[in-house]
Amino acid sequence: MTALLEVKDLKVRVEEREILHGLTLTVNPGEVHAIMGPNGSGKSTLSHVIAGKPGYEVTDGQILFRGEDLLEMDPDERAAKGVFLAFQYPVEIPGVTTWNFLHTALNAQRKARGESPLTSPEFLKKVRAVAKSLNIPQDMLKRGVNVGFSGGEKKRNEILQMALFEPAVCILDEMDSGLDIDALRVAADGVNALRSPERAMVVITHYQRLLNYIVPDFVHVMSKGRVVKSGGKDLALELEASGYAQFEDAA
Amino acid sequence: MNLALAKNETGRPLSDSFAVARDRLPGTGKVAEARSAAFDAYDRVGLPHRRIEDWKYTDLRALMREVLPLAPAPDAAALKRAAAAVKLQAIKGARRLVLVDGAFAPKLSELDGLEKGLAIRTLREVLEGGDAALQTQLFTPDSANPLVALNSAMMTDGVVIEIANGVVLKQPLQVIHVATGATPAAMFTRSLLRLGKDAGATLVESYIAADGAKVYQAHDSLVVAIGDNSRLDHVRLVEDAREAVNISSAVLTLGAHAHFNTFGMTSGAAVSRYQATIAFAGEHSRVETNGVNLLNGRQHADTTLFMDHAVPHCVSREVFRAVADDRAHSVFQGRIIVRPDAQKTDAKMMTRALLLSDDAEADNKPELEIFADDVTCGHGATTGALDESLLFYLRARGLSEKEAQALLIQAFVGEAIESIVNDDLRELAIAAAQRWLEARS
Repeated sequence: MTALLEVKDLKVRVEEREILHGLTLTVNPGEVHAIMGPNGSGKSTLSHVIAGKPGYEVTDGQILFRGEDLLEMDPDERAAKGVFLAFQYPVEIPGVTTWNFLHTALNAQRKARGESPLTSPEFLKKVRAVAKSLNIPQDMLKRGVNVGFSGGEKKRNEILQMALFEPAVCILDEMDSGLDIDALRVAADGVNALRSPERAMVVITHYQRLLNYIVPDFVHVMSKGRVVKSGGKDLALELEASGYAQFEDAA
Repeated sequence: MNLALAKNETGRPLSDSFAVARDRLPGTGKVAEARSAAFDAYDRVGLPHRRIEDWKYTDLRALMREVLPLAPAPDAAALKRAAAAVKLQAIKGARRLVLVDGAFAPKLSELDGLEKGLAIRTLREVLEGGDAALQTQLFTPDSANPLVALNSAMMTDGVVIEIANGVVLKQPLQVIHVATGATPAAMFTRSLLRLGKDAGATLVESYIAADGAKVYQAHDSLVVAIGDNSRLDHVRLVEDAREAVNISSAVLTLGAHAHFNTFGMTSGAAVSRYQATIAFAGEHSRVETNGVNLLNGRQHADTTLFMDHAVPHCVSREVFRAVADDRAHSVFQGRIIVRPDAQKTDAKMMTRALLLSDDAEADNKPELEIFADDVTCGHGATTGALDESLLFYLRARGLSEKEAQALLIQAFVGEAIESIVNDDLRELAIAAAQRWLEARS
């Protein structure tokens, strides 16, 4: 069986400084992986490199998506293939309505996959159904992308996109940052509703708290640009009790 | 600047063409005298160049080089090509007035069933036989500006629109300038719009080329008087051929409690300059002027506005957005003068430029001259590139680089386009912006 996402011995540099020193991770369909680690361990770098953000130099290793070389693809190609990054800090785009943005993005992905574009009524129907299931009010769709949204609304907007684009692998970068406990629960419920045997998730988080709501199959601890320990969901609880200090020394 | 040199570079050949064209220009007696005086005013300076402060960024000697000979009157074939081009610009429900190669084209225009209180004549009619007061008003633009002087000297046709007191037009008036000529030529047009008291109108001006028209010069001017308690909504779209020159001037005056809302967009022409003077003559009036430049290749587009606050309690807002790609050059000069009597003036100006390439250039020149002490005035200007983090966000959602740029450019100019009140006109402007975006991808 081909893995959905394989990161092999990945080394990444940003402006002459190596951030990832040989990271390996294999994600199969249906699995939820949590990546934990202290600030500066390279968690967000990993998510950015998978999504194709400019400014990172891969010096060694590879990332395969269904056996294809992901690093050879532009960010939009990766999105069309089914790679989705939920941003830690979703950007605000004044002047572009959420509505128009979602329609344009969905049709761009469909076009890249050789599918016919959705007409406005077809799109309307789809987005309404998805928004309803996530408790997102219609007027949020009429506003500029993320403009004036609360932290919780921004994260819900990310999950709305995830539900709409139906990606194969979702990378959730610090989804819990800036959320209070109620907003966190709403966001996590949205993510859980999208779990399926075909879809994989990589949940990047600093705190164990999120993993009470999104229960992972595997937990990896990152420190100083490497995975230093992997285990089951209990590893997260262990970390909560003992902290990251032990791994910082080990790495 | 040596005067003789000015003549040698640009004045002489044109004097000849003025002499040649003279017999074809409408009007005798006082009109002919006014033309000659205007031509002399032009001829003393010739084409303006960068050492004249007002033309620092738009050196017409370098960009335009010469004034082309007067375009011949359009023949049947030209009118047919013009009709095809006009069709693409038509706005549902608007009253169309078409000028082809600088001449009013009755067959392409709609003059039937004029609303009560609306009178439309051609410039030619008015100059040849109209009343002296109107003729005088047509010569009000200041000949100190050489291109205005040239236009006064050479103007051949245009529309003269009068709207009576208390008449609010439901139908927008759409003046379409079409160039058809296959050989390089210049057209000189002037139009006038007079709105009485308690009146209202919507005026659209479009500049386009028929299939096959490439190198030409459109020299246009507009004289507008807005009466007390009246409102004018105005949209102008410059979509001239990519090798064309468009030099347009406007002189507008507002009475008391009047309102002028204007939006201009330039996406066509190799070289263009729009110079508008807006003067407040009555208290409690308001002006909103919004503009967009969408430029690429080696296009050069200059918008020069002069807002003249001469009386108290008036409000002016200027919002300008420029997008320049490749080696394009966008110029915005905004001068606001608040004269000593104009207390309680509220004047603001904001310009933003978006550069899509390292070789693109945007010049913003705000000038505030304030002689009253109880006023609110401000201006701001920014220039920058597209935000990389926004681009990445959009690309991570599946948009190609061009699609992501297009969406952000649309958003950038959107604020100015949103200012258009009439839905159909706003759609027209959005469609013009869309055409520009599609042409670049």
